[in-house]
Amino acid sequence: MREVAIVGAGMTRFGELWQSSLRRMFTDAASEALASAGVKQVDSIYVGNMSAGRFVSQEHLGPLLAGELGQAGAAAVRVESACASGGVALRQGFMDVASGMSDLVLATGVEKMTDGADVTEALATAADQELEAYHGITFPGLYAMIARAHMQRYGTTEEDLAWVSVKNHRHGAMNPKAQFGREVTVEQVMASTPVAEPLRLLHCSPVSDGAAAVLLCPLDQAARFTDRPIQIVGSGLATAPMALADREDPAVLDAVHRSAVKAYEMAGIGPADVDLAEVHDCFSIAEICCIEALGLVEKGTGRNAAGEGLTALGGRIPVNTSGGLKSKGHPVGATGVAQAIEIFEQLRGEAGDRQVLDAKVGLTQNMGGSGASSAVHVFRRV
Amino acid sequence: MPSPRYWREVPTRFRLEASRCKSCGKTLYPARTICPGCRGTELDETKLSRKGKVVTSTVIHVPPTDFLMEAPFAMALVETPEGARLMMQVVDCKPQDVQPGMDVRFEFRLIRKEGKSGILCYGFKAIPA
Repeated sequence: MREVAIVGAGMTRFGELWQSSLRRMFTDAASEALASAGVKQVDSIYVGNMSAGRFVSQEHLGPLLAGELGQAGAAAVRVESACASGGVALRQGFMDVASGMSDLVLATGVEKMTDGADVTEALATAADQELEAYHGITFPGLYAMIARAHMQRYGTTEEDLAWVSVKNHRHGAMNPKAQFGREVTVEQVMASTPVAEPLRLLHCSPVSDGAAAVLLCPLDQAARFTDRPIQIVGSGLATAPMALADREDPAVLDAVHRSAVKAYEMAGIGPADVDLAEVHDCFSIAEICCIEALGLVEKGTGRNAAGEGLTALGGRIPVNTSGGLKSKGHPVGATGVAQAIEIFEQLRGEAGDRQVLDAKVGLTQNMGGSGASSAVHVFRRV
Repeated sequence: MPSPRYWREVPTRFRLEASRCKSCGKTLYPARTICPGCRGTELDETKLSRKGKVVTSTVIHVPPTDFLMEAPFAMALVETPEGARLMMQVVDCKPQDVQPGMDVRFEFRLIRKEGKSGILCYGFKAIPA
């Protein structure tokens, strides 16, 4: 297997981008990634996208977007794993380069969610239609059940959940690409509208548009494109039973744990070696469960991490310095790639006010559905 | 959602049919052909008791379109005495009263009227025991 590096990146701002179509967001992000490395032509393109078919009635994104980018002829395919589509597109790109099949690969993600489709219903397709959605459960509802199970088992409180949102908004306020560039208080979070008890509006990531792209090549060719390549040293993908009913403990995200173990093993590191992480905080409870499943904190102690500053900038293990899904926004298919861009910039020392000092090893974790699929990547400064 | 999926018989949904794995003894709901626990393929047909206990729950305030008129409503993950778990709406009580540990029984009810065509979709709902 060849060693693989990220040598370029580009992304749109995340938000309600009324003026931008899906293809325009894609070409903006992908062109920026190509230009940043001075690349004219790529061998293949992976497009992470959950549901353009439902959101904008457009399937067959591979050739459509390759053509828009002036890359017709390249191998190009859409990759879908619900909200983990972007992370899985990155993994496909990584495997393509690592295997020797391609030398220059664009791993991208894009989602256009504000064109008028029923977003709640489109997202619910990532749950088990027969066993869950049929009976009226929503996505916030599934995570609310995970939250209540975590509260029962570990004594997690609504205030613990609120601190995750407060921390991520604080980080996001320093990110010019973030959908919500403002801070929120614990009181505001706890007084916001209930969505699915115990989750409130400010525990939930927003509906967003956006695109993100990274350019991958073999590490030994990286010097042609940049003097600061970032190596992908580990990649793990795992699944768990789709329905919450089929999981032994609803408060445990097993796919996240399994995907992390695979990525750590490939990277030859453990959770203690990670300097910062971008994790899938689609709901505040998700960040708590994820940092436990990743081994960044001990099982059952994730609830204190945000409030005590452990996962804040300046803490032992900063989590979601980009603002996370909560504050940066969550155009579902783009999220996994955008996470990689935050780590890419952090490890290159380009994160501005959000910079984690002397960051050498970063991790991303991106999951689909209520945690039924999870992709973890580990990155290292070269 | 397309309607033919509601026309066909769904023994699992309408009669609570489940499978019991002959090799590991686990009760699987819905009925399956492969045991996810031990990959066993020899399974007996069984039926679930029409009762259970709430494992975890929520109150939905922002509902799917077909449930707009019902919000806020309680949803729960319910475990039957056989160890099978079902996602169910809990009705005939205050939604906020539905908490982990609550005992419930099941009744065959209308679940939703699907989309514009208003197809009636049936299944089981839970009621405090």
